[in-house]
Amino acid sequence: MAPASTDFRALETTNRRETVVLVIVMMALLVALGFALDVWAGSVAIVNGQIVGFPVLTVAALVFGAVQALTSYYGGASLVLMSVHARPLAPDSIEHKTVLDVINEMAIASRLPVPAAYVIDDPSPNAFATGRDPHHSVLCVTQGLIDQMDREELQGVIGHEMSHIADYDIRTMTMVAVMVGGIAMLSDFMFRIMFFTGGRGGRGSRGNSNGDNGGGGALIAVAVIVLAAVAPIISQLVAMAVSRQREYLADASSVEFTRNPRALLRALEKIAQVESPLKEGTAGTAHLFIVNPREGLKDDDEGFFDNLLSTHPPLNKRIERLRAMAGASAAEVDAQR
Amino acid sequence: MTSVIILLIILAIAGWIASAYNSLVSLRNQVDNAWRQIDVQLKRRHDLIPNLVEAVKGYMQFERGTLVQVVEARAKAVSAPDQSSRMAAESQLTTGLGKLLAVMENYPQLKSDENVLKLQEELTTTENQIAFSRQAYNDVVLRLNTRVETFPSNLIANNFGFHAAEYFKGAPEDQAVPKVDLSMNNPSAPSTPGAPSAPSA
Repeated sequence: MAPASTDFRALETTNRRETVVLVIVMMALLVALGFALDVWAGSVAIVNGQIVGFPVLTVAALVFGAVQALTSYYGGASLVLMSVHARPLAPDSIEHKTVLDVINEMAIASRLPVPAAYVIDDPSPNAFATGRDPHHSVLCVTQGLIDQMDREELQGVIGHEMSHIADYDIRTMTMVAVMVGGIAMLSDFMFRIMFFTGGRGGRGSRGNSNGDNGGGGALIAVAVIVLAAVAPIISQLVAMAVSRQREYLADASSVEFTRNPRALLRALEKIAQVESPLKEGTAGTAHLFIVNPREGLKDDDEGFFDNLLSTHPPLNKRIERLRAMAGASAAEVDAQR
Repeated sequence: MTSVIILLIILAIAGWIASAYNSLVSLRNQVDNAWRQIDVQLKRRHDLIPNLVEAVKGYMQFERGTLVQVVEARAKAVSAPDQSSRMAAESQLTTGLGKLLAVMENYPQLKSDENVLKLQEELTTTENQIAFSRQAYNDVVLRLNTRVETFPSNLIANNFGFHAAEYFKGAPEDQAVPKVDLSMNNPSAPSTPGAPSAPSA
């Protein structure tokens, strides 16, 4: 029987739903942050369970979030490319031409439009894809990947990225990149104003002469601090959970495109040997890459917290799964002989 | 009340027929499109061969046989009167080019010729693109044929004249082509989709 085909349509639907959930979670975090600021600054007070006053800061946070979401949807790819200092591949150099050719080949194999191709001048082998849909997609490799991989291995890596493009991972992940950054910025901002105002309530809560307000003010201040501390962590956790499972899936789809489990297997084994981290990889963009680009996060550990706090599954687990696929297909060939 | 229920059932059936029909049309168009993709690549290969032969024949006087085989297979493919003889010629061409690219490795002088290197890369990627578009074609044919042959969508297919499409099969000698190092320095080989080694993904 022919290989069961990955159903990208179904994956796209799942991804669309996850993108919506993601935007809602991020918006909820923003509203919570904004409202906490409102209460703390006194522009809103809770009197006998009723909200009094206009939540200026909540609205401001929501507008900030909406602008963020729109920016990441339409401009996320260029923002990401800019932040990693990528430039277009040069077709007149024969090694870059080879990469462009391999991208063409994998676009045909995956029946997708050919993505725009960029390169990062970095000796560490890595790659990522970004954009909002297959017609606005970008594929980026490092010079290190071009130097160290042969044609077959390049096919494996680029096949992996094409799969992220095919099932709209790129949109979800690019929006995560920009929005996680936004939440981190806002909570950072909150800590700063709390620090400068001495962590005490604003005019409104002091001016309000309700009996239980003294204790309430302190409670609110604590709540704001906790929220500001927790929000970026929650948004990071969401980003990581969204990212990890996709890597296994993209590995499997890469094999489906190349019909050659050894291609990606050998590429990942080669990458596992390399110690030097990517200079351009930041917390915001780490989950986009094929392997985690950040220093000291080679994803080799398998403890629960390592799992929870990492954007990628352990590299050796991915290699293990690919070996199983390679072994299975070798056995299949033997059986047919 | 009963008439409303009957009406709803009829509407549901009509809706299912329409959507099954539309998805069959869409699959058939995808098959046609995938076939055209293969065609584009084959034409590109035809255009490349004269240039490549011209560029390497000065270096490779001792490989006349291989070169002649490639040129003849190309001529046969270009002038083939019908589809099946054309496909036979194309698979001969694939074999011949595989051999040519393999023996080119024995001529280190070729590696210093920028023009040859470019043509070699061009030809390598064209061969791969042919292989991958064949694979993509066979994938959509599989999906179309499954729809045409399985219940209940086969009812629609039979009534509206949808037929199972034919797979693109490599010629036997096509699969016997040794894995060839086509890139500079790097050991690699183009995958041969459709070959029995296709794993379950």
